[in-house]
Amino acid sequence: MSTVELEHPTFAPQHVGHQFEELDQQNDAYIVGIWIFLVTEIMFFGALFLALTIYRYNYATAFEEAHNALNWKLGMLNTFILLTSSFFMAMAVRAKTLDHRSETKMWLGLTLLCAFGFLTVKYFEYSAEIREHHFPGPTFRWEAPSRANVEANTPLIQMSEAPKGIAGLGNYTPQPIEHHAHQLFFSLYFIMTGLHGLHVLVGILVLGCLWVLIAVKHPAVEDYIPLEIGGIYWHFVDIVWIFLYPLVYLIGRQ
Amino acid sequence: MSSISVPGAVPVPESRKERENYLNIQHTVASWLLTLDHKRIAILYLLGITFMFAIGGAAAAGIRIALVRPHDTFFSNEVYNKLFSIHGIVMVFFFLVPSIPAVFGNFALPLMIGARDVAFPRLNLLSWYLYMTGSFLMLLAIIFGGVDTGWTFYTPYSSVYSDTNVSLVIFGVFIAGFSSIATGVNFLVTIHKMRAPGMTWFRMPLFVWAMYATSIIMILGTPVVAITLFLVAMERIFGFCVFNPVCGGDPLLFEHLFWFYSHPAVYIMILPSMGVVSEVIACFSRKRIFGYEFVGFSSLAIALLGFLVWGHHMFVTGESMYSGMVFSLLSFLIAVPSAIKVFNWSATLYKGNIWLSAPMIYALGFIGLFTIGGLTGLYLASLAVDVHLNMTYFVVAHFHYVMVGGAIFGFMAALHFWWPKMTGRLYPESWAKLAALIMFIGFNLTFFPQFILGYLGMPRRYHYYLPEYQAWNILSSAGASVLAVGYIIPFCYLLWSLFKGAPAGDNPWGAVGLEWTISSPPPSHNYDEVPIVTWEAYDYEPVIQAELAGAAVGHPLMTTEEPYIKETE
Amino acid sequence: MELPVIPPAASTFADEVDHIFYTLVGLTIFFTALVFCLLIVFVVRYHRGSKANRANRSFGNLPMELTWSIIPGIIGLVIFAWSARPYAEAYNPPADAQEILVIGKRWMWHLQHADSGIRENNELHIPVGKAIKLTMISQDVIHGFYVPAFRVKRDCLPGYYNTVWFIPTKVGKYPFYCTEYCGTNHSKMGGFVYVMTPADYLQWKENGGNLEVAHREIAAERGYDLFNKYGCANCHASEDGVHGPTLNGLYGSKVVLQNGQTVTVDDNFIRQSIVNPDSVRVAGYPPLMQAYSVGDGPGQLSEEEILELIAYIKSLGGQNLRTLKTTSSSTQPSKGAGGK
Repeated sequence: MSTVELEHPTFAPQHVGHQFEELDQQNDAYIVGIWIFLVTEIMFFGALFLALTIYRYNYATAFEEAHNALNWKLGMLNTFILLTSSFFMAMAVRAKTLDHRSETKMWLGLTLLCAFGFLTVKYFEYSAEIREHHFPGPTFRWEAPSRANVEANTPLIQMSEAPKGIAGLGNYTPQPIEHHAHQLFFSLYFIMTGLHGLHVLVGILVLGCLWVLIAVKHPAVEDYIPLEIGGIYWHFVDIVWIFLYPLVYLIGRQ
Repeated sequence: MSSISVPGAVPVPESRKERENYLNIQHTVASWLLTLDHKRIAILYLLGITFMFAIGGAAAAGIRIALVRPHDTFFSNEVYNKLFSIHGIVMVFFFLVPSIPAVFGNFALPLMIGARDVAFPRLNLLSWYLYMTGSFLMLLAIIFGGVDTGWTFYTPYSSVYSDTNVSLVIFGVFIAGFSSIATGVNFLVTIHKMRAPGMTWFRMPLFVWAMYATSIIMILGTPVVAITLFLVAMERIFGFCVFNPVCGGDPLLFEHLFWFYSHPAVYIMILPSMGVVSEVIACFSRKRIFGYEFVGFSSLAIALLGFLVWGHHMFVTGESMYSGMVFSLLSFLIAVPSAIKVFNWSATLYKGNIWLSAPMIYALGFIGLFTIGGLTGLYLASLAVDVHLNMTYFVVAHFHYVMVGGAIFGFMAALHFWWPKMTGRLYPESWAKLAALIMFIGFNLTFFPQFILGYLGMPRRYHYYLPEYQAWNILSSAGASVLAVGYIIPFCYLLWSLFKGAPAGDNPWGAVGLEWTISSPPPSHNYDEVPIVTWEAYDYEPVIQAELAGAAVGHPLMTTEEPYIKETE
Repeated sequence: MELPVIPPAASTFADEVDHIFYTLVGLTIFFTALVFCLLIVFVVRYHRGSKANRANRSFGNLPMELTWSIIPGIIGLVIFAWSARPYAEAYNPPADAQEILVIGKRWMWHLQHADSGIRENNELHIPVGKAIKLTMISQDVIHGFYVPAFRVKRDCLPGYYNTVWFIPTKVGKYPFYCTEYCGTNHSKMGGFVYVMTPADYLQWKENGGNLEVAHREIAAERGYDLFNKYGCANCHASEDGVHGPTLNGLYGSKVVLQNGQTVTVDDNFIRQSIVNPDSVRVAGYPPLMQAYSVGDGPGQLSEEEILELIAYIKSLGGQNLRTLKTTSSSTQPSKGAGGK
């Protein structure tokens, strides 16, 4: 397939896979494909949101205490960074549809910068939490003081109530090793934000590749669709954070 | 004459034998490992899943050998527990889930809709590599000592207590899950966007409907089990707190998340087989499937309803009795679309012109065995009865009836039906029929006694059992050895046919379908010209009329290079 | 070799479950036979080359579709409702149900009777005809408690109490199993439920339940060691009864004492013989036996050791060994319901 540069981008011959009859079919296929992929991502993160919701319902006090230890300001900063990056991404796709290559590179570069910024902020956030021994596992320690009106020896983990008549008779009543469900909260926190961060990293790789391909005028990115797909993915990563941040950092904050 | 194994098939003239096709176009290893051709990827998958089936089958052999004696068996408890775990994990995740979609979906789906390939060939190749990587990790885990959690990985046993290679297995399954997701995405887009002009939804073969429904389940369910197993691995490796009750976790949450995928997963395993059965029954009855729309929609209904019934695996966990009732009710309802299919297939046979070929025998076996398997599922959907039967051999018998009697018989039907198309060779028909019979007998001998054992109360995953159960166990193990023979025979003759089988023509079955209009094996690009479809699916009327008028095999309206109707001798 | 097909039905639930089960079996046979017959008949009748009438082939029929959708649907709904009832009932134990705490752990079952405090391991003794409620919890992983004869099963979860109840209807000995895979000895984690007549159960309960029996088996061995260690064997091991009365078959028999009294050899008698032999010396034997003092010091016998010696002596045979009363006038023969 020869690639001829023409003035009007819509008449430029594009790279069409052998399995497709024409460009439109290919573009449609890619767009439908990325949206179906996003559905799988929704199911992926959805299970985590479900687990968080259920445990939050069961251990409201402990979860509230635990999430007060999160750095909501850094989280807010990251939210702005991601929202801004989505704006940059949208501008990049727009520039590509108009075939303004250097403008596309600029907007895409800004998006990448924001992505790096997000991960940097995350690095500082995680470092602090690890220092405070909030990373789940053998090093976990919960030392923040309980709220005044929560009694010191009230177990914050629900083990099942022994039915009346049995208590005291059996030589076994279930006892959790810890009486606070904070480690549970932090486990979910690190897994959810960690997986999200991984998706940001993948986004950096994908968008970075696209940036390079656009820079070298590779035929695969003559059409705007590859960038559009990258954009859809990136917007999804942003949306996951938009749900994650309020649910994990904000709700119930005093 | 001895090289012609299919009565009525037209022998292929010499001039066509060495035509360029997807198999001989390039011979290098790289051309296979870097192929973008969906047909080659299908073959690669076939090799992979056959190997994994052998591993799972070996584990099954170990189980049945051990169970010949109620105690003092050949294996220690630890080894036995690993055997049934490996058997389940390998068979479910590395054989049944990929089997028909990855092999026959990949091979036949684009051909059936008149496409030149799937929508994303590179993603297709990636899915194969993901599958092989996952399988490799699984094999490593077996070599390093195996895993003993059962394929259900219940916590906190899997995440805290087991001292076997749980994490390695989880990563293998996790990666193989992405293979599944990639396949699902590919098929959905392919079916939506790449049907030949004129092929409306209701002109699609029912196998395509089945692959569509299966793909929906794959993309919605697999991510959930992926993240769930990931959480187990995190708890296990890093000591995170997720499902361990001593730090507040809830083992039942694991069960809900796990079964949310694993119940729909069984429909991933059965729907493609049902699609194959539709193709085979139509072809060998020379008749359009009765109630085409009902059969097509029933696939979608099963896919969607399948996501609503997972709680029937948890009736005895102490879940709320109201939730138990909801799940039980829905589980009864999901039997209806399956019943619709069984009756429609039966009605298709009525007034057909039936050819009892090997694929047809497997398809008919499917219908019979799936009926038993599906009906025994009703026992388990039924709340009070499930309290007794849950986690006994009754469940084992039930799911083997649907997974082996159902899914595997469907796989064998597909293998024989499309073998001539895939390889350009005919397999020896008599051997195939014999193997089908042996498989049917061996299968029933193996698993029917297990219904009785279950009702008697013998729990599953039991290495030691009460001596009074021994007779049925011996019978089951004897049946398993017959079943093993039933598996080995096709392996042998199919391999033989690659070298010595008679060359197959474009359409040895006289089937109606786009894939039968091109050569066997097909050229790499499938269609010289994309067909324009103006006819309904399963347009067998001309075929059956010709046959009833005395023609041997063939469909005069589907033009191929050579006239296809052979004079009877 | 046995070829059992039907498990015993020994609870009120069992009968209901079996009725539904057999109905399902009937439906299974019916629909399977229907499908098999249709397939076989059609394949034979319409096999190619046959002269059957193939005119007016049809490819769809809405009334048929509706029929074979709705009828199975209705059958399913009926079975659902029929089966939901006993299931719901199993969630509502009667207020006067006898409660038993069950603790599952790898790989044994520990059961405690709430009313009497009796503890059992891998065994459950219950009276027939009375509602029994199990309250279960696990110490480690998920287990499951399953009594096939009662058609009763419930998972035994860590951190969460699960209950299940039933009424046993037949005296007997029924196996129970762990039914949720829990590791290496999963298939060995089980035992027996002994359903006893109310009278036997009462007796069993009054005598500390399993304690006696358990004591007898392990305690007897320890008793044998003590028997040798403390020199009892020197005089009592021989069977000729020369140095001291032989103990074989002694337990439960009647003996005549020095003072002319006839007593039955029971636990109290044996204890007295050890700690104060002269007070219960059997006629015809000189006062040669030393008294053993009771206590924890060196050379002393603890109460537990005395019990073990008694267990050993019981193991030497005798009469009325199942009689667990400790009064000397005990003459009740045991009925051994569902016992060992």
